[in-house]
Amino acid sequence: MTAMLNVKDLRAYYGQVQALHGLSFSLNEGSLTTLLGANGAGKTTTLRAICNMVRSTGAIEFEGKPIGTRSTENVVRLGIAHVPQGRGTFTNMTVEENLQLGAISRSDTKAIGSDIERMYEHFPVLKQRYTQQAGTLSGGEQQMLAVARALMLRPRLMLLDEPSFGLAPLIVRDLFRILGKINREEKVTILVVEQNAQLALELADQAYVIETGRIVMSGNAKDIANNEDVRKSYLGY
Amino acid sequence: MELFANQVLAGIATGAIYACMALAVVMIYQAIDHLNFAQGEMAMFSTFVSWQLMQWGVPYWGAFVLTVAFSFAAGIVIERLLFKPLAKAPILTNVAGFIALYAIINSVAGLIWDFTIKQYPTPFGSSPFLGSQLISTHQAGMIGITLLMLLLLFFFFRFTRVGLAMRAAASLPESARLVGINTSWMIALGWGMASAIGSIAGMMIAPVVFLEPNMMLGVLIYGFAAAVLGGLSSPFGAVMGGFLVGIFENLVGTYIPGVGNELKLPIALALIIVVLVVKPAGLFGRAIVKRV
Amino acid sequence: MSAAEEIVTEAAAVEAVPKRAMTLGYGTSLVVLAALILIPLFVKNFIIFQMTMLLIYALAVMALNILTGGSGQFSLGQSAFYAVGAYTSAILMEHAGMNYALTLPIAGIVCFGFGFLFGQPALRLSGVYLALATFALATAMPQLLKLGYFEHWTGGVQGLVVTKPDAPFGLPLSQDMWLYYFTLAVSIAIYVASVNLLRSRSGRAFMAIRDNEIAASAMGVDVALYKTLAFGVSAGITGVAGGLGAIAVQFVAPDGYTIQLAISLFLGMVVGGVGWLPGSIVGSAFIIFVPNIAEGISKGLSGAVFGVLLFLVIFLVPHGARQVAIVAQQLAAKLKKN
Repeated sequence: MTAMLNVKDLRAYYGQVQALHGLSFSLNEGSLTTLLGANGAGKTTTLRAICNMVRSTGAIEFEGKPIGTRSTENVVRLGIAHVPQGRGTFTNMTVEENLQLGAISRSDTKAIGSDIERMYEHFPVLKQRYTQQAGTLSGGEQQMLAVARALMLRPRLMLLDEPSFGLAPLIVRDLFRILGKINREEKVTILVVEQNAQLALELADQAYVIETGRIVMSGNAKDIANNEDVRKSYLGY
Repeated sequence: MELFANQVLAGIATGAIYACMALAVVMIYQAIDHLNFAQGEMAMFSTFVSWQLMQWGVPYWGAFVLTVAFSFAAGIVIERLLFKPLAKAPILTNVAGFIALYAIINSVAGLIWDFTIKQYPTPFGSSPFLGSQLISTHQAGMIGITLLMLLLLFFFFRFTRVGLAMRAAASLPESARLVGINTSWMIALGWGMASAIGSIAGMMIAPVVFLEPNMMLGVLIYGFAAAVLGGLSSPFGAVMGGFLVGIFENLVGTYIPGVGNELKLPIALALIIVVLVVKPAGLFGRAIVKRV
Repeated sequence: MSAAEEIVTEAAAVEAVPKRAMTLGYGTSLVVLAALILIPLFVKNFIIFQMTMLLIYALAVMALNILTGGSGQFSLGQSAFYAVGAYTSAILMEHAGMNYALTLPIAGIVCFGFGFLFGQPALRLSGVYLALATFALATAMPQLLKLGYFEHWTGGVQGLVVTKPDAPFGLPLSQDMWLYYFTLAVSIAIYVASVNLLRSRSGRAFMAIRDNEIAASAMGVDVALYKTLAFGVSAGITGVAGGLGAIAVQFVAPDGYTIQLAISLFLGMVVGGVGWLPGSIVGSAFIIFVPNIAEGISKGLSGAVFGVLLFLVIFLVPHGARQVAIVAQQLAAKLKKN
């Protein structure tokens, strides 16, 4: 397997404050990787740096191409979908318009309709509400919508930022099941940032643990889940 | 009662001017999230360009189309050159930029075309419309053009991909970038469209108020007021707001004693503010619920 | 990296300026003060008059700055408060024969009341809506002053001529010079009071409202009271400036207080730096001198030259004079280190 995303020595800054201190990691094509860490460890910043939404230095390569200097929208156009924290739902538009927006940068406009239908299969709840304002959906439904919107890009790589945040456990399970399915069936490489380490490790095959802007551990998700020391000191369960 | 009906009708006729301008105001508000104080001047300049073209012998509709195209391009150029560099500056600094642009355009137009009042032609004629002395065929034509623009805008925003992208960029720029929309260019496009709509407004208004560099001053204020009254998020509301402001203005002038021409504006504005105090999002606007 | 960022707030119209950063350091203040005291001794009367106007507009700009930079409310209606202040002073002096110095506090109080009352309906409005409401006030004011009903007091369209005061106690000062020092004393008093106000409990309440209204009310700040209070204070100071202005130009007339004045004051605030009180004097200098400079460069295109100069300023320093001060401070700190 070749590395699809290669990040080397990533440093990111918010104004004068340095949030990442030389992060290096890589994602294999078709993998489902999770990035774990406590509050303030730099998980969100890592995802934002990949999409160039925060000032950063270091090398980021996607499928062999350096993407560090591309603007956010041009990174996305390469096939990297980013489901941001807070979901980024266009609340004053309908569910269907949100899905169309997901595909807005695609040139194969003919296939968009059928892709929307496919999303309704993955997430039946969205079909019931497709003319409704997205802002009226519940938190869980909005998260489904955010994932569906990202998939409308037909991404090669999907970045998810704390999809479980603020959702009821049952809904989180459901969401993670769908993510696993998408990863297997649609061959989308996934990088998911999570605070809910237990669930994320069940879902993922690879895991990285970061602390204060540095990677402190990496490896097979199962190994990390089984390593009690790591669990106690970094993951808190 | 007949007086009242007549004044309402006359109000609708003047309101058409405001409606036209308000549409341009809403357009720019959608794109950049604030009001552009130089918009009236941009429209005035465009109108002068069309006048100049006609002086050179271009027929009305030819000049019309060329001017709209010119204005669209000029709007984009102004944004790229002057306001893109200010994208990260505070909002109030941008407002200062609008004022600077206002001063520049007004002054340049005055230098090129001087400050004398000029006649401006109308393609619709100016005979009474359907036998009514209160609305001329020009005013009827202007209402028709305004409604046509409204319809086109509705279709553009509702059914085209670019329109959808523009709405997304305006409402949540960061999310828009995350679906691959170049939000910076969407803003430029918004400027171009607002400028084009403004030029149409200018060409429709000029036969009524006559052409001169300060022709848009009052119109823009009423246009703002109309857009705000109708709700800045709604093109339909803006047009309705335009007609309402026109009617307001006429009724105030007719029924409140001692109101000269000069106090009409403050009183109309005060009425609008009363409406806004009761309905802060405007009559047709969508209330935005703020979260902490 | 999560809970704190998850909550998305709408960006405030005015960025947060910490209260320390709203004023000047001790040393710099003294240098500026010395310059303001000494320069008039060496220049011509006309320049002294211009310096008086500089202080007066600086006061008015600062008043807007307290409202916008301090409490986050926007006003295009400052010219109306300025006019009320000017007319209050003028009428009291000319009709009631009151001493000019005594008219100023009255002008301030009248405008405070006016601003406070106007702040009530303005409470329901924000952003462009507030801009429109205050704009309406600014356009209405000259027309109201022209009304025949008040003509006996206001002099109608003609306005009122105001007598310029002599220096008291037989001091050997020209009228212009006396008025300048008088204005300077008033300005310093108001500046010091304003700085203290912003550093006080009320000032913190203003800033809390500016940064996040809902959070401020959750902390127990009486948002309605402080917002109207900010309007009142701002109007009051503007009123005093208006009174001083009436005395300085010896004349009040409705067309001296149009929306153009309000726009000038707004530009002065932006150029000086929103939320930075000392910048007010820089902004005031900009609105007084740059139009003249523009006129000097090209008579026919003075508007365009003014616009271009304004663009240059906001391109170079989008945050106004405050930005220059910060850069200077950093440079000074670097020099000290070396």
